[in-house]
Amino acid sequence: MLDGATPSVLDVKGLKTVFKTRRGEVHAVNDVSFHLKAGELLGVVGESGSGKSVTMMSLIGLLPSPPAEVRNGTVMFEDQDLLTATDEQLRAVRGARIGFVFQDPMTSLNPVFNVGFQLMEPLRKHMGMNKSAARKRAVELLELVGIPDAARRLKDYPHQFSGGMRQRVMIAIALACDPKVLIADEPTTALDVTIQAQILELMKDLRDKLGMAVVWITHDLGVIAGIADRVLVMYGGQVVEHAPVRELFKNPQHPYTHALLQTVPNVRGKREARLEVIEGQPPILGAPPSSCPFRPRCARAIARCEVENPLREPVSQGHDVACFHPVSATEAQNA
Amino acid sequence: MLTYTIRRLLIAIPTLLFISLIIFLILDLAPSDPTASLPLTIPPEVRAEIRASLGLDEPVHIRFGLWLYQFFVNEPINLIEQWTGASFGEESRPRVVSWQTRSPVVDLIAQRMPQTLWVVGTSYVVGILIAVPIGVISAYRQYSWFDQLGTFISMLGFSVPTFFTGVLFIVIFSVQLGWFPSVYDTTHVVTDFASFWVQIKQIIMPVMVLGLFNASQISRFMRASMLDNLNQDYVRTARAKGLSEQVVVLVHVLRNSMIPVVTVIALGVPQVFGGAIITEQVFKVNGLGHLLIGAIQGGDIPTVQTLTFIFAFLIVLFNLIADVLYGILDPRIRYD
Repeated sequence: MLDGATPSVLDVKGLKTVFKTRRGEVHAVNDVSFHLKAGELLGVVGESGSGKSVTMMSLIGLLPSPPAEVRNGTVMFEDQDLLTATDEQLRAVRGARIGFVFQDPMTSLNPVFNVGFQLMEPLRKHMGMNKSAARKRAVELLELVGIPDAARRLKDYPHQFSGGMRQRVMIAIALACDPKVLIADEPTTALDVTIQAQILELMKDLRDKLGMAVVWITHDLGVIAGIADRVLVMYGGQVVEHAPVRELFKNPQHPYTHALLQTVPNVRGKREARLEVIEGQPPILGAPPSSCPFRPRCARAIARCEVENPLREPVSQGHDVACFHPVSATEAQNA
Repeated sequence: MLTYTIRRLLIAIPTLLFISLIIFLILDLAPSDPTASLPLTIPPEVRAEIRASLGLDEPVHIRFGLWLYQFFVNEPINLIEQWTGASFGEESRPRVVSWQTRSPVVDLIAQRMPQTLWVVGTSYVVGILIAVPIGVISAYRQYSWFDQLGTFISMLGFSVPTFFTGVLFIVIFSVQLGWFPSVYDTTHVVTDFASFWVQIKQIIMPVMVLGLFNASQISRFMRASMLDNLNQDYVRTARAKGLSEQVVVLVHVLRNSMIPVVTVIALGVPQVFGGAIITEQVFKVNGLGHLLIGAIQGGDIPTVQTLTFIFAFLIVLFNLIADVLYGILDPRIRYD
């Protein structure tokens, strides 16, 4: 699955995250492995509760512990295993070399501090800038993310910005220290569609300009098709399919990916009487999976799916899938 | 903010006038008699004359009007004359006079105020200083042994009344151990280190009793407010920026959590004066609460009226202060 031409900036192997609750353990991330190459945009898709966000938060120790516990795995980032790093080392990585953008820009900024203060905080901490240098850089950053009249707006509070503008501020904060990796956790979900398009354009633009690698978590396949280089499809805390973006849309192998693509309504041709849905709910795993987690909702389940959890097997160059009974190429095209 | 404050101050004037009327009417309806504690051998007609000399034979609206005039016009002029040395108009103005002591009520209050401010003020400050760190740590380490202990002690401090803890402290620390005096000596003057030590020893018990009560309440508010904020998304953002836990909690979370707590603290100031009445009785602190209780027992209506009105004024004033502080601390709130 590794096509090792360009070196990976982030290499995750066998990551396992468990939440300890009063009613037992919840296995949210099960043996997730993926890598991220310099400058690429990796899309991560899946339903709510499929473990997308938890995976990314586990990488960098942003989950509250307890209840969360990262049990297993290695996260290699610039020759450093983030899972064995001390809190102090992690803090030096967070916000400096790995930036985050979160889902809801309305609540992700601190309401009682002005935007300038919040933007200058990482600059002063990680880059050791003094106040005036940080202010200069903050103005540059706000201009970079397309906020007009940046110098004056530094003194404004988050509630004086619109949702889209706040998300731009969040992006500016994430980019403040020129990170190698930007993790964007559903950054456009809380925004309306026109603002979403603006933010997508901005992100594409910034990636070309700054050359960082991006992990883009979303449940919007349209967004993925528009910006991603490669895609991870997650289900039940596992990666069920991984492929370059064109390959995934042309030739989905996993029944779940296939079903996800079916649920996207087509704007051309005859209108369907009903929207396609995937029946049932995603599982909440009380133990590490011993069978395929998608089996109860899968039309293609066979006897083997009941007794064994499929591992990811390569099907073609850069494309692998965790399924015993994958959708064949012809079926996918006929559907 | 300034126009808002001025508007609120103007609204406060009719509010306070109305409050003073209500207090006056309630006191007038109360079956208290300033001559009741006089010997029974005094014949009724003499009693009636005493009452007439106090002005009690006038109808209620005349008496209220006279009180208003004395309190709001004569007393302020007197104060200004005292401070500036200047004199306005006639020499002798009728003042609000205590029926018990025949001394002007304002002078009585001026004598008693320092004691109350010392004991009650110190206890409030001590209470806040104890409560804020306890609330912060309890919330940050929710359900830890520290949090459980803090919850237990504040439940205890909040639910056990001060007249009980006060007496308990006296029994333990004055009677059994003999560490501190049980009576607060208001005539004690601090001149050197030894007398300062005596002052510390006599103030420590009333301050602890009131401080425990205040700290219990405020620490619960602080804890709840911290817990509300610790789970907010902006805290995750702050952590994602690589800030240290100290900065995340003591800058980002604390600043947000202080907004409701500061309001509670400001609103609690006038209530502390009320709560101190009992504690002042227990420790014989010669303060405002002591004065009020004595005046109620003696049927001394001018003193009760004036003191109660001052408490009402403090409540109105600190409500305004709380609102203004809220506007200053929270940039989302703008009154204008």
